Amino acid sequence: MNIVEILLNPYVQAILKIVVFVLLFVMMVGTVMTLMERKWMSAVQDRIGPNRANLPLLGGIRAHGAFHILADGLKSIFKEDTVPDGADRFMFTIAPFFAFISAIVIWALIPFAGPIGDFKFQITDLNPGLLFIFAITSLGVYGAVLGGWSSNNKFALLGAARATSQMLSYEVFLGLSLMGVFMVHGTLQVGTIVEQQNQYWFGDLIPKWGMITQPVGFVIFFTAMLAEAKRLPFDAPEGESEIIAGYFLEYSGMRYAAFMLAEYIAIVGVAALTTTLFLGGYHVPWLHADGFHLLGGHWALPQWIVTVLQIGSFATKVIVLCWFIILVRWTVPRFRFDQIMDLGWKKLLPVTIANVVVTAVVLLLWDWIG
Amino acid sequence: MRRLENLDLGAEPMVIEIGPSHPAMHGITRMLTKLDGEVIVDLDVDIGYLHRGFEKEAENSNYIQIVPYTDRLNYVSPLINNVGYSMAVEKLFGLEVPRRAEFARVIMMEISRITDHLTCLGAMAMEVGAMSVFIWFVKAREYLWELVEEVTGARLTTNWTRIGGNANDLPDGFLSMLSDRLTKVEAVIDEGDAMLLRNKIFIDRMKGVGILSKERAVSYAFTGPMLRACGVPYDVRRADPYSVYPELDFEIPVGSVGDCFDRFLVRMEEMRQSMSIIRQASEKLPAGGYLTHDRRASLPDKLDVFSSIEGLIDHFKIVMEGPKPPPGETYTAVEGGNGELGFYIVSNGTGQPVKCRVRPPCFNFVAALREMCIGHYVADIVPIFGSVNMIGGELER
Amino acid sequence: MTASAETPNSAVPPLTALLQAAFPQSVRDRHAQGGEETVIVRRQGMLDLFRFLRDDPRCAFDLMIDLTAVDHLPRTPRFEVVVHLKSLAHNHRLRVKIPIEEGQEEVDSISALWVAADWYERECFDMYGIRFAGHPDLRRLLLYPEFAGHPLRKDYDHRLQQPRVPLRAVRERHDYEMRVQYPEGVEKPRNPA
Repeated sequence: MNIVEILLNPYVQAILKIVVFVLLFVMMVGTVMTLMERKWMSAVQDRIGPNRANLPLLGGIRAHGAFHILADGLKSIFKEDTVPDGADRFMFTIAPFFAFISAIVIWALIPFAGPIGDFKFQITDLNPGLLFIFAITSLGVYGAVLGGWSSNNKFALLGAARATSQMLSYEVFLGLSLMGVFMVHGTLQVGTIVEQQNQYWFGDLIPKWGMITQPVGFVIFFTAMLAEAKRLPFDAPEGESEIIAGYFLEYSGMRYAAFMLAEYIAIVGVAALTTTLFLGGYHVPWLHADGFHLLGGHWALPQWIVTVLQIGSFATKVIVLCWFIILVRWTVPRFRFDQIMDLGWKKLLPVTIANVVVTAVVLLLWDWIG
Repeated sequence: MRRLENLDLGAEPMVIEIGPSHPAMHGITRMLTKLDGEVIVDLDVDIGYLHRGFEKEAENSNYIQIVPYTDRLNYVSPLINNVGYSMAVEKLFGLEVPRRAEFARVIMMEISRITDHLTCLGAMAMEVGAMSVFIWFVKAREYLWELVEEVTGARLTTNWTRIGGNANDLPDGFLSMLSDRLTKVEAVIDEGDAMLLRNKIFIDRMKGVGILSKERAVSYAFTGPMLRACGVPYDVRRADPYSVYPELDFEIPVGSVGDCFDRFLVRMEEMRQSMSIIRQASEKLPAGGYLTHDRRASLPDKLDVFSSIEGLIDHFKIVMEGPKPPPGETYTAVEGGNGELGFYIVSNGTGQPVKCRVRPPCFNFVAALREMCIGHYVADIVPIFGSVNMIGGELER
Repeated sequence: MTASAETPNSAVPPLTALLQAAFPQSVRDRHAQGGEETVIVRRQGMLDLFRFLRDDPRCAFDLMIDLTAVDHLPRTPRFEVVVHLKSLAHNHRLRVKIPIEEGQEEVDSISALWVAADWYERECFDMYGIRFAGHPDLRRLLLYPEFAGHPLRKDYDHRLQQPRVPLRAVRERHDYEMRVQYPEGVEKPRNPA
């Protein structure tokens, strides 16, 4: 067996893709987000942000605070790992795993660039792709609930109770908003959905991105995913001022770092999912596999440049959305818990159902006309 | 609200201790809450974590030594406490303070009032989740503290007023620095205004929360912004005018409903009124001395101390025995950041007071917390407690 | 501040004269030193006096501004409970003083008339040991329950250190028995700190 045959083995390919996409891209971006959150928060607040961590052996180089990531990681590893008295040890230990798993596994379905021949830049392209993503996001509830319940602490319990209600409710809207996407594209396969977003209206002018075909769905999906990720303005389970830290109150050291990292990876995951489903994924407008096509003109490009541009466009969109999510966190106050429930069930649910109905009607009319 | 008796679940209300060390309990306060789900059924406020024995210490110090203790009462507006105390002792003596010192006191008091409101509103915003507004208001507070530091030498432990005047005059170039900083502060307040006051989420969190009716508020002897938010236009600066306030033109913002949003708005508007007062006072600032020459209460000039025997004797007596007001008692009230800050001083002719009592304005608000919070959600404790502006130093002295 | 004894030809009698006329047994003395009207009343019948002060339209004292006590140790009567009142309608103030003897430190509670008095009376009890009859829940406010003594009394040395309290068990209900102890003399317990 030579190296090429090994590389063509689909299992080896999957493992390589996991290493490159998940470990290199997702974990990197997730950890960099922990720092960028603090830097962008400081930009909103008119200050500089963390910039002191340095490498003393290399002459005290600071790199504008980039080493804080390393410092935070090392600090978390060295902290005392406490399990509170009376806590359920097993549940306490596995709770961060649930949060982490649900944040990472959805990355198995997200395409980073267009397929080159048979090779897809996606770890796997399941047929019921969207359903799988749903299922995995629902598992995230367990992380919050088990963590809060097993901590033997009333504040954590309050946080867990709020997390349960909030996450379970907003999954309903998540699903319903994706119904519209499903109807427009006719498939649950994520790769195909992204491919279909590269089609154009009015000749070659306007790309059929999900944002344009499903604007209401876009907004509701984004909001529901923010609520799933428990980010401000929906961060009642993590209360901060009221119930101190909510469900991860009693966690410290690496377990806490696991929850935090899971949260940041979830943010990047939210950004990636929104990009994939609504912002055209890795597509650059008017760029096809063989170059730019615009209004009849054609500018040929070699395949590898196209791939690089697509990866770049995906990364840009994800980072811009992350920036937006972080900006929202540091601008907007937090909802009270009953207001979250109110917003969801009394306001978002009717809108989502109306969205589904209107989409269905428009599609039928479209078919009937042309 | 579900009634507990109608449930057959064998469920008990949960007793949870919010405090003493908690991000939202400014100063330190412990609230034992009994919760039914997220609704507060009962609440017991437990204070006293910052009780430092101000009154006992005051009874064992002479009248000038008490001034630094008063800084630490309402530590976000220290100059108001300084002035209030000095005014009370001056009343006992029957002293006249020079006009320039009065105007300087008014300027510094209003600066303190703005810092007090900035802290309160910033903390309220931060706890509701808009953390950036807190940082902006803290930045504005820094500008004001630069001014305070120019005049008194310290940002918080100002120790600036003396009996019969102030410790020093306003420094040169202060007035231009003042107008420059006030412009910057106004810009920040406008930013905070734009960020919060038309934000639906913020309004939903604050409106209708923590309402106390006008009659109950009066029975709880609320004063200051809390009472004005309920609709009663009571301000000590207008009701019992002191210092040079009768010559200054300002309005008193009054709310209507008495919920947290009204209190927020009243404090925002009061900041703008304070800036207007400062500008008027700095225009009308007359020339003159900064400390009375009455030797019973204030230290004489160093030149006199070293060149005349009377100066030396007066200096010696004041330093060793302290100023000795004639026997009597007085209750003097000033308008603090939170309301009517009263000083009740009883003197028996010696250098140490028999009683030096501070009437803390936020004492009444915290006493009313129980009534304001019951029936609301746990998450509502945060805006209510924030709007109360409990300053531990003042509440517990 | 008040339309009082300072205006020479005032047709309105000072408030304190009005009170003395209405309650001749209760009011012992009155003065207006420094322009601040003060009335000194007896403990018996004080509730009626306060109710008059709150409800009578000429008085209308709806804000109970302050309630505290003063300890004049070498003098008798030793304690004085001092209440400051303010009227929003007429904008006048009044100080009411109730002297009490050592050993009989009990007065009636006015918390039924003004809710504000609730906490002020608790603090007064905490600091001076003066009991308020009829108060719904008289327990210490600023100090912890195991504190022995009443600090603002003149015979409590301000340098006294209290012994350390052992860590309490977490209780579900916040109730405890109040034990008021008067230390014999000024005792400095050993405090290893």
